Amino acid sequence: MADTLADTANEAAASLPEYPMAREGRCPFDPPAAMRALPAERPISRARIWDGSTPWLITGHAEQRTLFADPRVSVDEHQPGFPHQSHAMAETLDHRPLTIFNADAPEHTRFRRMLTGPFTLKRVEALRPAIQKITDDRIDAMLAGPKPVDLVTALALPVPTVMITELLGVPYKDHEFFQRHGVTAVDRDATPEQSRESSTALVTYLAEAIVAKMADPAEDVLSDLAARVKAGEVTVPDAALMAVVLLIAGHETSANMIALGTLALLQQPEQLALLRDTEDPKVVAAAVEELLRYLTIAHTGQRRIALEDIEVGGETIRAGEGIILDLPSANRDPEAFPEPQRLDLTRSARHHHAFGFGIHQCVGQLLARVELQIVYGTLYRRIPTLRLATELEQIEFKDDRLAYGVYELPVTW
Amino acid sequence: MTMQVEVDESKCIAAGQCVLSAPEVFDQRDEDGIVVLLEQRPGAELHEVVREAAGLCPAAAIRLAELVEG
Repeated sequence: MADTLADTANEAAASLPEYPMAREGRCPFDPPAAMRALPAERPISRARIWDGSTPWLITGHAEQRTLFADPRVSVDEHQPGFPHQSHAMAETLDHRPLTIFNADAPEHTRFRRMLTGPFTLKRVEALRPAIQKITDDRIDAMLAGPKPVDLVTALALPVPTVMITELLGVPYKDHEFFQRHGVTAVDRDATPEQSRESSTALVTYLAEAIVAKMADPAEDVLSDLAARVKAGEVTVPDAALMAVVLLIAGHETSANMIALGTLALLQQPEQLALLRDTEDPKVVAAAVEELLRYLTIAHTGQRRIALEDIEVGGETIRAGEGIILDLPSANRDPEAFPEPQRLDLTRSARHHHAFGFGIHQCVGQLLARVELQIVYGTLYRRIPTLRLATELEQIEFKDDRLAYGVYELPVTW
Repeated sequence: MTMQVEVDESKCIAAGQCVLSAPEVFDQRDEDGIVVLLEQRPGAELHEVVREAAGLCPAAAIRLAELVEG
């Protein structure tokens, strides 16, 4: 009897859709076809992940809001039953210390408040001239150089990399070191050894930098962290880890948005024209929100676990059950966004979940917004004839990365 | 109609959504970005943006009471 029940359970699990699903090559900007109907039809369902477990899959916008905001929904990856991203993430669990990512309140609050100072609206707005200058310099270099050019290396990566390294106070000359180790440290296909080596290299570098700033502080984030170390609020290793978090989260994400957004706009010239033909910062800001919604590059599911039984949308999530919140789906929920599959830069989209929701919502979102406003608001105006220098079918997408995007974007004009 | 705004600093995570929506009503502390309430009873012309700010707050740190005077 018990065997029969177990068999039935296994069969039921086997019939569930696998998560994450692959996108179709023809629709690289859309969620996988099988996911597209879920927000409207089954905002709460279940899926099977790499280890055979069947966590809840939340695709509805309203249901995500509710669960993201619920303190009984935890990011504690040490809880048994936690739906890990990958085998590598599960295996390296004991090597991963407590950070802003895997801590619940109140520890999370303590970590978060050490990081939020540089990302206030005032501080980020003050960076506008610097971001504009890097953007203009890079576009000048593109226009003066040979074409076609890869937009990822020419513009999309350098702008956020310069900004986050300046904000932190690490020299730009080390950016290749950061990019290489930053990517490997979070690559879900990296071996546990590889991701550990990269994390260690980054933490070591930043720990040394923080110690140096304790003796010789400047106006930057590493100096702020150094001051907190001096005050006994945080240890050097913990401070270094926080700096790593900022570094990794701070450059590849915006870079992906710049390149992927440009590719999407080049496919829809009437939308690109809205950005190219405006100098109204409100129009540009709204366009950025819509591109964030439409592209939702954090596409591998936010992982959580229920600490208690939770009623949501007519279902009961039991204590100890895993929860995956798929951000791209919520951002295509027709209840929240009419005609969700359409890119419409004039719509009101700020309630998107591209930065997540709840207490773990992106720390650097205001900086990301300003970076994207400046780059999208400048690139198409300065190079109005910008076009793809290859076929869409030739573009390689980052299906295998935590943040979606393109590896290269050959453009000409 | 009058609107009364309350903020809960202990819940605030300094995402900055409220200052982006309604800078006339919300500000951020310089050191850590935690919300500072500038206007407890914002005028009618601000009600819509304040509602937007409360709805967008990811940490549910903004509470609104809207009272019909009578």
